[in-house]
Amino acid sequence: MKRTDETRGIFTSRAKTLQLDMDRFFSLVDQCGLLLEEAIKKYLDNKLDEFEEKAAEIDKLEHEADNLRREIKHRLYAEMLIPDSRGDVLGLLETLDNVLDTTKHVTMHFSIEKPEVFPFLKEDFLELTQTSVKAVLELTLAVRAFFRELYRVTEHLDKVHFWEHEADVIEERLKRKAFASDEIELFSKRVHMRYFAERISHVADESEAVAERLAVYAIKRNM
Amino acid sequence: MAFAGLLFLSSGLYMGWSLGANDAANIFGTAVGTRMVPFRTAAIICAIFITLGAVVSGAGAAKGLGALGAVNALPGSFIVSAAAATTVLWMTRAGLPVSTTQAIVGAIVGWNLFSGYPTDQEALTRIVGTWIYGPILGAAIAFLLFFVVRFILNRLHIHLIRLDKYTRTALILAGIFGSYSLGANNMANVVGVFVPASPFTDLRLLGVSITGTQQLFLVGGLATAVGVVTYSKRVMLTVGSALFKLSPITAFVVIASTATVLFLFASEGLEAWLQMRGLPSFPLVPVSQSQAAVGSIIGISLAKGGRNLNLKVLRNIVMGWVATPTSAALLSYVALFFMQNVFMQPVYV
Repeated sequence: MKRTDETRGIFTSRAKTLQLDMDRFFSLVDQCGLLLEEAIKKYLDNKLDEFEEKAAEIDKLEHEADNLRREIKHRLYAEMLIPDSRGDVLGLLETLDNVLDTTKHVTMHFSIEKPEVFPFLKEDFLELTQTSVKAVLELTLAVRAFFRELYRVTEHLDKVHFWEHEADVIEERLKRKAFASDEIELFSKRVHMRYFAERISHVADESEAVAERLAVYAIKRNM
Repeated sequence: MAFAGLLFLSSGLYMGWSLGANDAANIFGTAVGTRMVPFRTAAIICAIFITLGAVVSGAGAAKGLGALGAVNALPGSFIVSAAAATTVLWMTRAGLPVSTTQAIVGAIVGWNLFSGYPTDQEALTRIVGTWIYGPILGAAIAFLLFFVVRFILNRLHIHLIRLDKYTRTALILAGIFGSYSLGANNMANVVGVFVPASPFTDLRLLGVSITGTQQLFLVGGLATAVGVVTYSKRVMLTVGSALFKLSPITAFVVIASTATVLFLFASEGLEAWLQMRGLPSFPLVPVSQSQAAVGSIIGISLAKGGRNLNLKVLRNIVMGWVATPTSAALLSYVALFFMQNVFMQPVYV
C-alpha cells in the first residue's frame, strides 16, 4: 500500500500514524470528488480516452480508501482508542465510503452505458456534477472539523445541505428539459438522461446522509 | 494487639471497605465504565493513593470530627462506626446518594447523647455547614473548570485521537488527586472514631517513627484498598454507564472539582498557608464526596445552560442531610444501650 508510509518516521507515535491515515482517507474522498468533475467534463467534451483514465483513477482511489478504512477500523479496536466515540467514527468512515462508492458508480455507468448527452443538456450535466462535488468537498471539511474544531462542524454542514438542495434543483430542471424537448426523439433516451441526472445527484444525496449523521455525532461529542 | 481490639476495629474496617467499594467508584466510575482507563490501573491507583492520603494528611479532618465528640472507649467506637456503616448500607439500598460523613456525624451525636458528653455546637455547625457548601463549592469549581477546559479545547484544535490520549492521562492524574483527597478527607469517617481509644502504640520501623494514629489510618487505608479490589468494579460500571451519562472530558471536570473540594477541607498545609496570610481558611472536617460529585455535575449542567438539571437529585441531597444523620444517631443510641446493658461492655469512660 502506498499511502503515507513515506511521511512516517520510526518515532512517529501510533496516535500520529492513525491521524495521518484518517487524513489520507478524507483526502481520498476529496480527490474522488474532484476527479468525478474532471471525468464528466472529459465525457461531455467527447474525450473518452481521458474520461476512462479519470474513471480508472477513481476506481483505484476507492479501492485504496476501502483498505485504509479497514485498517483504521482494526486499529481503533485493537488499540482500544477513543472508546467513547469509536462507534461514531466508524459509522462516519463507513458512510463516507458510500459517497466514494456512489462516485465510482457514476463514472462506471457512464463508461458502460455511454449515454448520449444532448448538447442542450451538457451545461446542466456539468453544473449538476460541480454542485454535487461541492457538497462532497464541504462534507470533508465538516468531517475534518469534527476531529479538530468541533464548533465549526455546523457551518460546514449547513453548506452541505445548501449544495444538496441546489443539486436537487438542477436535477429537476435537467429532467424537465429532457422530457419537454423535441430534440430527443426516443423516450428511452429521455429516461436515460433522467437516470444519469439522478445518479450524479445521488452523490450529493449521500453527502447529505453523512452530514445528517455527523450532526448527531457532533452533538454527542460536544463535552 | 488483643483479639478484642481487632474485633472492635472490625466495624471500622467495614466502613473502610465500603469507602473503597463505593466512593472509589465515584472517582474512576466514568473512566472505567467508558473503558478509557482499565479497571486494574484504576484499582491500583485508588488503593495506593487513598492509603497515602490517609496516612499523610488524614489527621486534619479526623481532628475536626474528633472535636464533635471524642469516643473514648473501644466498644463505643465499634458501635458508633457500625451504626454509621449500617445506615450507609440502608440508604444505599434505598437508592439515595448517601454520605458516610453524615452517617458518622449522626452516630457520634448518638454517642454524645448516650454518654452525656455535650455536643460541641460550634464543631457541629462547622461540619453541617460543609454539607451545604461542599456541593455548592463543587458546583462552582466544576462550572469554572468546564469553561476553562472548553476554552483550551477550542483554542488548541487537538485531533480527536490525540485528545483521547490526553484525556486518559488527565483522567489518571485527576484520579490520583481524587484518591489522595478521598483518603485525606474521608478516612476520618472510617477510623476517626477510633483515634481517642486507638489500640495501636507508636512504632519505630527502620528509623522511621509511625504513630498509633498513623497505623490506624494505614489499617483503614488497607481496608479501603480491599474494598476497591473486591467490589468497586461493579459499582464503577454502574456509575460509568447508567447513573450519570458523562463524557470522559466532563468526567475529568467532575473528578477534579470533587477532589479539589475534598482537598480544601483536608489540607493542613493549605490551612496554615491561608491563615499565615490572614485569609479565611477552610475548616478541616470530612465532607461528603458523593454530594460534592453531584454538586459538580450540577455545576456542569448549569454551565451548559441548565438543561437536564434533575431537581429530584437536589431533593435527594437535602433529604440526605436530615435522614442520614438522624437514622445514624438513633441507631447508634439504641445499639450503645444494648452494648452496655446486654453485652456488659463499657461504651464510654
